[in-house]
Amino acid sequence: MTAIIDYGVGNLFSLKSSLAAVGAEAVVSGDEKVIRSADRIILPGVGAFEDAMKKLVSSGLADVVKDEAASGKPLLGICLGMQMLFDKSYEYGEHKGLGLISGEVVPIEKVIPAGLKIPQIGWNALIMKKSDPLFRYIREGDFVYFVHSYYAAGCEDSVIATTEYGAELTAAVSKGNVSGCQFHPEKSGNVGLNILRAFLEGQVSV
Amino acid sequence: MITKRIIPCLDVKNGRVVKGINFKGLNDVSSPVELAKYYSENGADELVFYDITASAEGRALFTDILCEVASTIFIPLTVGGGINSVADFDRVLNCGADKVSVNSGAIRNPDLVYEAAKLYGDQCVVLSADVKRVDGEFRIFAKGGREDTGMEAIEWIRRCVNNGAGEVVVNSIDTDGVKGGFDLEMLDAVCNAVSVPVIASGGAGCAQDFVTLFKTLPKVDAGLAASIFHFGEVYIPELKELLKKENISVRLV
Repeated sequence: MTAIIDYGVGNLFSLKSSLAAVGAEAVVSGDEKVIRSADRIILPGVGAFEDAMKKLVSSGLADVVKDEAASGKPLLGICLGMQMLFDKSYEYGEHKGLGLISGEVVPIEKVIPAGLKIPQIGWNALIMKKSDPLFRYIREGDFVYFVHSYYAAGCEDSVIATTEYGAELTAAVSKGNVSGCQFHPEKSGNVGLNILRAFLEGQVSV
Repeated sequence: MITKRIIPCLDVKNGRVVKGINFKGLNDVSSPVELAKYYSENGADELVFYDITASAEGRALFTDILCEVASTIFIPLTVGGGINSVADFDRVLNCGADKVSVNSGAIRNPDLVYEAAKLYGDQCVVLSADVKRVDGEFRIFAKGGREDTGMEAIEWIRRCVNNGAGEVVVNSIDTDGVKGGFDLEMLDAVCNAVSVPVIASGGAGCAQDFVTLFKTLPKVDAGLAASIFHFGEVYIPELKELLKKENISVRLV
């Protein structure tokens, strides 16, 4: 069973439906017991980093996610959920993340040329950096759907794919059992479904 | 590089798509679910569902259908029509919409954009503006283009973007239905006024019109159309091949 963590941030309808479409048994839950008993965990998120982190911490789920990740359970962060895997974010101040992957989340404004729109909204191509089981069905140049104003930097060792938007931006990361996508696999057509499929097929080491 | 988006718009009335007539291999072209699936498998980058029902029953039916569409296709879905309050945002977001487009609702209650953006994020709020030239200026029209609000359009759009609208659909009433191409002058004025994505609507008559749009105005992010796609006059995979040939970045599937 896959647990989609519900901590009061974002709309989880599409994520749940897309997991169902690839045959996964998924449950949307904010219940510690349910999350701990799941084989896999997905950490979603939209909105602001500080607010989302606060909600995750105050619900007690930040520690649950960290524990479960440390125990080797596959964890996938999506969009803001991916950004929260890092040490910290500089979105409106400086805020601590979960620290599961080293690196920090910074504004794309800092690296892209003036005139490009922020946020990056739309379909962009993946540039492969490292082979990873999460992308076993994905080919160089496959398109995925992005909506973001910040990106993960200083995480070169964990980057498995980037995308080009005036600069090369981190698109996906992986470190052991913890991985993350800056884009929305649940909104990226068959390419996105194949990434979710690969996540569900990943080995569970308990 | 980020691609230009091609977006079919489906008008739904009492649970059925109106206008869809000409689709190969589709038995029921007025089924929103069938049509959505068809478009998502044939190159559409996003879909817009517009609820044009007036009755409460029609509205309930629309949300049921939206849930079904959203659990069947996995590309971004924008929903518009009858969005007058934060409760309306909630209603369609809970059915799987990713973005919500507001038009007359924002004119009646200008705080709606701000309130919704604060709750759901800017990326979720799409301003849909029906614009027509009156006395040498661009004016905002309400109620499906029937009522002149007297408001200058560029200023209105700028104000809504400052309040948190994350994208703007510019529908030119002057070019809508004429099939003579998009309203480049109007779109240029909007692109120069705001820095969020701009979606062009109204006037596309053939594939070449999209080439002209993106070549002339590289700042435009997407082209939206209804009847030319529904009537089979423009086939999206062919349109995208043409755009690619013209060195316009598109997503080929």
